[in-house]
Amino acid sequence: MKVLILDKAGFQDWLRALAGEFDIIGPAENTKGLLDWNKLEPGELPDFRPGLPKSSIKTFFFPQPETLLEFSARPGDDQAFRPHEPSEGRRARLLAGVRPCDARSVALNSMPYASDPYFLKNRENVAMVGLACTQGCSTCFCTWTGGSPVGSDGMDVMAYPLGDAFALEPVTGRGKDMLLKASSAREAAQEDLAALDALKASAPSSLPDAMDPASVLREKELMSLYNASFWQGLSESCLNCGTCTFLCPTCYCFDIQDETLKGKGRRIRYWDSCMFPLFTLHASGHNPRGEKVKRVRNRFMHKLKYFPDRFGPLSCVGCGRCVRDCPVNIDIRQVMKDLLAI
Amino acid sequence: MSTVNEKITSEIREKVRELLASGHVAAFLGYTSGSVPMVMQPLIIRTPEDADRLEWNSFCVLNLANYLPALLKSFEPPRRPGDPPPEGPLPKVGVLATGCWSRNMVIQVQENQVDRDRVVVVGISSRGMVDRKKVLAAVGHRDVTAVYEYDHSLKVSGPGYEREINRWDVVRDNCRTCVHPDPVIFDHMIGDLKGERDVADRFRQVEDIEVLAPEDRWSWFSTEIASCIRCYACRNACPLCYCPTCFVDDSRPQWVGKSIDKADTAIFHILRAYHCAGRCTDCGSCESACPMGIKMRILTRKLQKDVLELYGAEAGMDMQSPPPLSTYKMDDPQDFILTESIKGEEK
Ligand code: SF4
Ligand code: SF4
Ligand code: SF4
Ligand code: SF4
Ligand code: SF4
Repeated sequence: MKVLILDKAGFQDWLRALAGEFDIIGPAENTKGLLDWNKLEPGELPDFRPGLPKSSIKTFFFPQPETLLEFSARPGDDQAFRPHEPSEGRRARLLAGVRPCDARSVALNSMPYASDPYFLKNRENVAMVGLACTQGCSTCFCTWTGGSPVGSDGMDVMAYPLGDAFALEPVTGRGKDMLLKASSAREAAQEDLAALDALKASAPSSLPDAMDPASVLREKELMSLYNASFWQGLSESCLNCGTCTFLCPTCYCFDIQDETLKGKGRRIRYWDSCMFPLFTLHASGHNPRGEKVKRVRNRFMHKLKYFPDRFGPLSCVGCGRCVRDCPVNIDIRQVMKDLLAI
Repeated sequence: MSTVNEKITSEIREKVRELLASGHVAAFLGYTSGSVPMVMQPLIIRTPEDADRLEWNSFCVLNLANYLPALLKSFEPPRRPGDPPPEGPLPKVGVLATGCWSRNMVIQVQENQVDRDRVVVVGISSRGMVDRKKVLAAVGHRDVTAVYEYDHSLKVSGPGYEREINRWDVVRDNCRTCVHPDPVIFDHMIGDLKGERDVADRFRQVEDIEVLAPEDRWSWFSTEIASCIRCYACRNACPLCYCPTCFVDDSRPQWVGKSIDKADTAIFHILRAYHCAGRCTDCGSCESACPMGIKMRILTRKLQKDVLELYGAEAGMDMQSPPPLSTYKMDDPQDFILTESIKGEEK
């Protein structure tokens, strides 16, 4: 299928046409005036302003929380405490206005979750319309992690802003089908394609120069990184909060609990963080990561060494959310440089 | 550059260099700047040469008292529960303290978290710290690449824009209503003491909510915490929250659900606020740390107002006064404890 050109009104009509099939979710101001993922009304456009929404899109694939099963918690019931599938299914969802780094995070998380039925089901259920970045932010570094501000990995349809309109390219078969509903689209003309090529070539210039730390770090001896002297100093200012890991699109750790309310029980899987002391606490009371320095080290070693050793790429897409919102300015870009210098 | 900050920074460096060089303190806890404008990094230094890394400006928003107990402990020989305390004098550490931070240190001493004799407090009278979120809102949440601070204004710039903002307009809510900017304990002072500030509507933020009908108050609260992600940055940035296992983390028994269920999030916020009642100094560290812009500090502010009205007490004002909620006087008000039925007023 060819590249299509759609103006804003056409984009709006297209989303309205897709609302029959999907719940549409996109960046919009939340109650605090911050850009975040919100359900859009049929025909409402996502907020296209530059910069990333506060949260990543991971909750649509790895929900906070995911109900794994349900049960009756009334001792009298004959089915009491017998697990069954969650009764409420989810409607298919369309994420509109996904930035390239966020979409790439889904591909990365699919590596550890390759055989996780819940994750896989959500992947099937969520379509993505990407939005290329024409201007990186000062905290963006996708180009260090194998991504690109115009990358379409993980998208179904990719949208590139061209003046007041958008060039739309299908990426998957599902994307092709979705574009059939873009009734007011026209096929891209020669000059549109030239403008698109120019955009793709120039967009990365607002970002740091590309580099490939993953390949260098994979070659480094693990213990020399683990025993590096800077971890102690780094950890001294860290609050051990969940800001970085919860906002991060590629942090995927969880815990599981049963909850009961008014006779109804559910088993949920909810986000956990290696920054929390309880994360590794054993039933015996022993905690192999009992000190803050060990937890801080783990977060970075997991993203920058263990994950690449096992799967190839970094477990980081360079979105910069952790950099932007860490209350004490712990910056993964600096940690990366410090590790590369060893 | 702000001449005020420049002067404070150079005086801090000089004092800290001297404290470390003479061996008077083994480490010093201050602030340095980093890679993101308007976010300062708490920093522990151990050599006089490193004193030049210390910096002071309007973005030193996290309460340094928060780091003090762990820093002191790092100089103690390891011991197990029940082991006798170490013999002989232990190394001292130095720390910067504004009014509220110093009051939190008083509370830490009163609650046996900090040994006053081992802390060298370098006091600074605060002119109020800037709320980074207010600045971001003022520039429409655009990317900020540089912030230049003058004495009474900030020059904020990013791709394609530059804005001059009046400093006081973006000072944090807690600082704008602070009446005690001077440190209540200090061993050395940087600059002069300024005395109490006169603030007309100290509790205005709270009163604006108090006047609402109960359902509107609930709706304010529910909306306020709606985007909470339960990251606990607020709790972890607070020097009062030092419990080894917080009630939200406890799983034997589990007091509160762990995900972002509305009721669970509400319980977290209400209970945490109550745990700070009579202890909170309104330092604003919690609110400054929150990535989602939630104003949970208004809850603890309300409790401060209540404690002040009921017991005439403010937390941490001096070492001698007992903590208001851990003591009693015979003439303390009791009336509010009685239910309407006991009072015989039930309709
Ligand atoms: S990291 Fe790259 S892809 Fe993500 S928002 Fe920034 S420029 Fe866009
Ligand atoms: S690195 Fe920053 S955001 Fe992450 S746990 Fe530490 S203080 Fe919190
Ligand atoms: S580690 Fe930081 S920059 Fe990397 S993906 Fe996570 S939040 Fe984004
Ligand atoms: S509750 Fe907030 S304002 Fe009060 S002492 Fe703790 S961090 Fe400071
Ligand atoms: S810091 Fe903010 S988002 Fe995090 S738990 Fe506290 S109120 Fe919620």
